[in-house]
Amino acid sequence: MAASATEGGGPGRLPGHETPGYRPNVPLERSIFRFIMKYSKRQQLVVLALTVISWPIIYLTLELPKTIIDQAIGARGGWARDVLGAEMEQITFLMALSFGFLFFVILSGGVKYVLNVYAGRLGEQMLRRLRYMLYSRILRFPLPHFKKVSQGEIIPMITAEVEPVGGYVGTATSTPLYFGGLLLVYLGFIFAQDVFLGLAATALYPLQIYIVPKLQKRVIALGKARVREVRGLADNIGESISGIAEIRANDASVYERAGIARRLDRIYTIRYEIFRRKFAIKFLNSFMAQLTPFFFYAIGGYLVIAGDMTIGALTAVLAAYKDLSSPWKELLNYYQLQADIKVKYESVVEQFDPPGLFDETLQLTDDAGPESTGPKLDVAGLAYSEDGQNRTVDGVTFSVDLDKHTAIVGSGSSGRDELALVLARLATGTGGRVDLAGRRLDDLPEPFTGRKMSYAGPVPYLFSTDLRENLDYGLRHRPLRPAAEAGDARRNRYIRDARAAANIDADPTADWVDYDAAGVPDRDALDRKCVDMLRLVDLGDDLYRFGLHGTIDPADQPDLAEAMLAARAALRARLDETQQSALVEPFDRARYNTNATLAENLLFGTPAGAAFDIDRLAEHPFVRQTIHEAGLAETLLEVGRQLAETMVEIFADLPPGHAFFDQFSFFGSEEMPEYQHLLARTSGQSTGEMREDDRLRLRSLPFKLIPARHRLGLLTEDIQARVLKARDIFAGTLPDGLRGEVEFFDPERYNRAATLQDNILFGKVSYGEANAAGKLSTMIGEVLDSLSLREAVMVAGLAHSVGVGGARLSAAQRQKVNMARGLIKRPDLFIVNEGIGNLDGAAQRRVLDAVLGEMKGRGVIWSLHRPGFARNFDHVIVLKNGRVAEQGSFAELDREGSALRELLETE
Amino acid sequence: MSLNEEVEILRNIPMFANIEPSKLKLLAFTSERHAYNEGEYLFRQGDEGDSAYIIVDGEADVMIDTDDGPLTVAHFTKNALIGEIAILTDVPRTATVKATTRLDAMVISKELFFRLVMEFPQIAVEIMRELAKRLEATNVRIRELSAA
Repeated sequence: MAASATEGGGPGRLPGHETPGYRPNVPLERSIFRFIMKYSKRQQLVVLALTVISWPIIYLTLELPKTIIDQAIGARGGWARDVLGAEMEQITFLMALSFGFLFFVILSGGVKYVLNVYAGRLGEQMLRRLRYMLYSRILRFPLPHFKKVSQGEIIPMITAEVEPVGGYVGTATSTPLYFGGLLLVYLGFIFAQDVFLGLAATALYPLQIYIVPKLQKRVIALGKARVREVRGLADNIGESISGIAEIRANDASVYERAGIARRLDRIYTIRYEIFRRKFAIKFLNSFMAQLTPFFFYAIGGYLVIAGDMTIGALTAVLAAYKDLSSPWKELLNYYQLQADIKVKYESVVEQFDPPGLFDETLQLTDDAGPESTGPKLDVAGLAYSEDGQNRTVDGVTFSVDLDKHTAIVGSGSSGRDELALVLARLATGTGGRVDLAGRRLDDLPEPFTGRKMSYAGPVPYLFSTDLRENLDYGLRHRPLRPAAEAGDARRNRYIRDARAAANIDADPTADWVDYDAAGVPDRDALDRKCVDMLRLVDLGDDLYRFGLHGTIDPADQPDLAEAMLAARAALRARLDETQQSALVEPFDRARYNTNATLAENLLFGTPAGAAFDIDRLAEHPFVRQTIHEAGLAETLLEVGRQLAETMVEIFADLPPGHAFFDQFSFFGSEEMPEYQHLLARTSGQSTGEMREDDRLRLRSLPFKLIPARHRLGLLTEDIQARVLKARDIFAGTLPDGLRGEVEFFDPERYNRAATLQDNILFGKVSYGEANAAGKLSTMIGEVLDSLSLREAVMVAGLAHSVGVGGARLSAAQRQKVNMARGLIKRPDLFIVNEGIGNLDGAAQRRVLDAVLGEMKGRGVIWSLHRPGFARNFDHVIVLKNGRVAEQGSFAELDREGSALRELLETE
Repeated sequence: MSLNEEVEILRNIPMFANIEPSKLKLLAFTSERHAYNEGEYLFRQGDEGDSAYIIVDGEADVMIDTDDGPLTVAHFTKNALIGEIAILTDVPRTATVKATTRLDAMVISKELFFRLVMEFPQIAVEIMRELAKRLEATNVRIRELSAA
């Protein structure tokens, strides 16, 4: 598909000024009520309308039963009645009313259902909007702000803390209205019966309305404190995880435990206090609710006895009061919830409004800014201060050519770190100006700074995905080519719902990669470019290894799978030619592989799922059944017994925990006594007489036997032949449900569960041949080179997962990947802040030279941690205490008494 | 070749002759078996010494580099223990050993060897005895030479 930007208006368009309901830089509403009114006024009106509709229906469901009893059932004698001009018999009338009642019950339930669903959806929509707003703000926080707030505090705010807000928003108008309405309906009903009774039933309401909020106030304050403490807890836990090495290395775990315990104590104390007060309010409420009936019983009862009131009237009052109490209780609950949510909302949003929030239009605009960075970067009187007082950069003025390479040198506190951040627009100068492409750097849109400039800092972050996606991260700015299913109903629903919550509606599954920016036509070319760049930054050998030890899906990459089969054949031919075929024992269905475990021989394939874990194969029911059918069950048990005896004989004298157990034994030292006991207990017994758990235990042992490695002579030719039979039974009777769980070895097919290297080898490396692994590794390299496949293997290596935050790579590897990432988007200006400090000395020089070579004719500004490297740059700026001490070419500055010489001498 | 046969081979080596069978079994089980092609080097002079070798089958030449090229100084056959000096001291290999036929060897890594010595003083005593014997033999030879 041709690389073309999606037309505005279609799916995948950015929500900028055009997206309905979305304006950039919207301030956060400080109060939840204003938030609700601003973003859901119309929906709240719908909720209100639905609620109002439900009232007469509820009234009818109350009224009809009374009519049924009083008039339809209660009336005596044959009568006929005129209903809407039609004569009705009593039975017909009863039926009509009963069905009418049924109808209104269903209608009332239906309205309630619609109302609940609508309110629930509204709540979720508003929650989505709020979360998106908060997240968007994180992307706009000024970078220094992250030195003050921790991940541990921010994450729970957006995830857990605002969660109840959603539930509340949906019911914000409906609950008070519904239950308030219900209360009114019931009250109307009661007042319609008897005004005096109505007054009596509601006599204590004003008192409750006055007292409850007073008590609630303290609970709200406690709630606020609790939110703060829980955030602190999240922060403490986050710190413990980040600082685990320091905690353990300093024997500080007790101190940390004590700290957490104190935090938990505070939360506990606050919670306890909240409970006491909350339930005191509850107690008061229910006490007052029961106080009214108390008066009814006492005074009403007295009146009845005195004969001033009928018992029927008193019963009616009590029944009416019972109906009233439920909506009244709901209203009081709502009030408590509302107070709680108000605290939560306010305490969250105040954290998302730091000063100096980045202008959102500069991030979301489709305006990509000037064509290029132009020939010069001008810095005039630049100052930077983090706290508003100490200027780490002060009055810095210089001008650099962007077809040349500039080094910034200085001590660690010279301000070169801050200067690099300001030049990369990751921090904002507090004075002076930086001009680029004829504009102020501060005014340039992010689509310009993020595409025409690259930045590589000292501690790069890699996203928890594979190498490929980390490398082309600098090319994913906007969705360029829709995903296959774009434009369908699912996608339209997605867009509609996203917009309703003012979320971005761009499709993350679309193809975002801007191949033009990398100067390549398509994905394949970009992959090759990624490989080139990783080679350039000295990561080529690692990438090749990642590729060899990675797996591919032949359905996705049929050509590569085919090529690996060719490499398999070529390796075999080469081994034969050089008479070294003994280095690998190939997989052969008709032969037992003496360099593989018994488990591998039986399975004769690679486990492709979790079912056939090779270490626990003996436990699988189907495997046990297979062994039985092959007549191996007792034999393996006997082998297991001999193996256990040998292990006990060899290892019994070793002290527990000795390294040999891990390296050589079939069981750990902690299991040694159990096996000694087992052998003593079963000595003299035939295998048939043993207990079932002993049998299973012993039978599992030989599954790890490798004849060529262990040389115990336990797996005789006869046993091997029977394992081959079991191998055939296994493959022949494997149930369909387990078929996907194993990839059988097949000389003609690519094995998707095995690594590229194992596919090429198609066999086991011989234990008996000296230095077999080393020889084979060289030979595989030669074979791949002769077939021109090395690059394809390296491309496969791009799928190597880098782990959480890049943790599966070393610090040096992460820095290399980061440098490659900066180069791939072909920036006009590459700003490097140290960037390669974790590499060893020789590699630093190689990578520095290679990067500068690649950036020839384009701008580089490199804040150097080693001033000696400045020799390779066209222009050198020496910083001292935040000011430019001197600048010029290296040759000019490298003289007696210069600031540069001083730095060089201390290196 | 099974473990028991390897134990037999170990027993024929003077240094291990008096060590009880279960220890020899441990030594055999924890060592590796490697095959070398004719002409392949077990190790070269100057390499770091990381393991000792016991020839199970085949033959090997011991050569020393001289100004006139390699000079064969000894020839080893079955049951010979080679390279134990380099793992007892930290000197580099003092000679090159090259298989002259297809050769099968037990390889005892330095780490493994030291662990065994630490674990079983009996082995250490046997080694001392063997080294003392060699020292004595060398002294006798020096006396003979100086007498001559």
